[in-house]
Amino acid sequence: MAEREQKKRTAPQRETEEVEDAPQTNERGEEIKADIDELLDEIDDVLETNAEDFVRSYVQKGGQ
Amino acid sequence: MAIGKVCGIETEYGIVHRGVAESNPVTASSLLINAYVSGLTVTAASGSPSVGWDFEDESPGNDARGPAPADAAPPEVETHLVNAVLTNGARFYVDHAHPEIATPECADARSVLVFDRAAEVIVARAMAAAIGVLPPGQELVVHKNNSDGKGNSYGCHENYLMDRAVPFGRIVTAATTHFVTRQVFTGAGKVGCEVPGTSREDVRYQLSQRADFFEAEVGLETTLKRPIVNTRDEPHADAQRYRRLHVIAGDANLAEVATFLKVGTTAIVLAMVEDEALDRSLALRNPVSAVRAVSHDPSLAATVETVDGASLTALEVQFELLDRAKKWAEERGLDAVGTEVGAEVLRRWEQVLTGLEADPTSVAGQVDWVAKRRLIDGWVDRHGTDWDDPRVAALALQYHDLRPARGLARRAGLERLTDDSEVAAAVTDPPTDTRAYFRGRCLDKFASSIVAANWDSLVFDVGQEPLRRVPMMEPSRGTEAHVGRLLDECSTPAELVARLSG
Repeated sequence: MAEREQKKRTAPQRETEEVEDAPQTNERGEEIKADIDELLDEIDDVLETNAEDFVRSYVQKGGQ
Repeated sequence: MAIGKVCGIETEYGIVHRGVAESNPVTASSLLINAYVSGLTVTAASGSPSVGWDFEDESPGNDARGPAPADAAPPEVETHLVNAVLTNGARFYVDHAHPEIATPECADARSVLVFDRAAEVIVARAMAAAIGVLPPGQELVVHKNNSDGKGNSYGCHENYLMDRAVPFGRIVTAATTHFVTRQVFTGAGKVGCEVPGTSREDVRYQLSQRADFFEAEVGLETTLKRPIVNTRDEPHADAQRYRRLHVIAGDANLAEVATFLKVGTTAIVLAMVEDEALDRSLALRNPVSAVRAVSHDPSLAATVETVDGASLTALEVQFELLDRAKKWAEERGLDAVGTEVGAEVLRRWEQVLTGLEADPTSVAGQVDWVAKRRLIDGWVDRHGTDWDDPRVAALALQYHDLRPARGLARRAGLERLTDDSEVAAAVTDPPTDTRAYFRGRCLDKFASSIVAANWDSLVFDVGQEPLRRVPMMEPSRGTEAHVGRLLDECSTPAELVARLSG
């Protein structure tokens, strides 16, 4: 919390450079990649074959 | 003292009738709802769940600011379309050209989440039932999203019970700040942009499905010139004591944590307004442009300007709100939002903001726009293509597909806060801690004697003139604790009405 407080005080000028693409540790990176691979396998299975046509004709009028 | 934040969500779903030359959304929506309703097991005692809606007290044209400006276009009540009131206390109906489910009134954010997930189950069952009644080759496909990518949007509205004594202007200031900045965790993610004149190169991906459609700060409209804060003044409760804040600025979420936080943080912010725990220091200077600026920058670096001239990122504003909420909770307690649920909201709120600040991919299980972007990034990478590939738009749309066999969100590794058994129960059973309990139990037990239902009343035909209207003007009454035994004991609607008026 103390860290957060401190950051907050300087919020408007807060430096952001260091958070850009913070490299993940290899272990965590591998884990995420394995998860995503499994996910993508499944997605390729369920993705609609005529998906592009479906998107093109997807019109939803009259909403609030 | 903040009052209990009775709350709920109304979702307009996207719908397509496949296998016909031209998909008519009103017909498709009616088919969907009728297929669901006629598929329900109807017991002799309860009768049909297709109870008429009582429009007696509907007044969507009432403006919280007072008499409506002459140019305002209040929404019209459509009385001829299909309408069903369900035994879980929800309403499943055709609104304009969309099927819509309004959850029952809930006592806290967790309960709303359970009923929002139950609504997804209801839609999935309705789609399956429709296949059974449609000619071969036809299908109704329903999406839980808010944009068709072609300039049309449809809403996911939230409702919060508020103390009528609180000046509306104070609600507007605080709510606007929250609605603009909460997008960092409520955004459901959108490929491209629907603001005229903005190219795909300018905005390849944005946080919110809805942000492109807000053109005013405050107003009564919901379909044209949409305002960040909607002024519809229709409390569906005792108007002397209550106001219902009708929120139209949110995205429909698939991520459970996002739904939980969307409702939970908003309930807290509104309770803080009632307790005068928020000053004007976070009021925004140009909220309409700020909505888009925040949504259009997934790097989360975009800043919004406060009336005092400070430039803050949406995350910084959210951290400020969180800090004030924690202080408020320490001083005033969390009774208004549920003690345990409120504490969980604060904990999750901090977790998600911290994750977004450190590395958004760390909250891919909690935040829809992050989850969807991760899917697209991974898919683009695997197939060696880029974001302009039309299949990317297809993938993004299919994220919201509510068919269990096709929907991508439920395959995206989103964290669960509910379990399947409580969601299944919420498909048929009402919440026990609001007036929805009374509505749901009566519909379960006496549907054939209920000629009309509404949020704040039930009209019974007890076999003799006149019809008997049971008002329910107090959203926190009619709970299981209050009327559970009475409902157990009454074997006929006449007995129930007699004992209620006795």
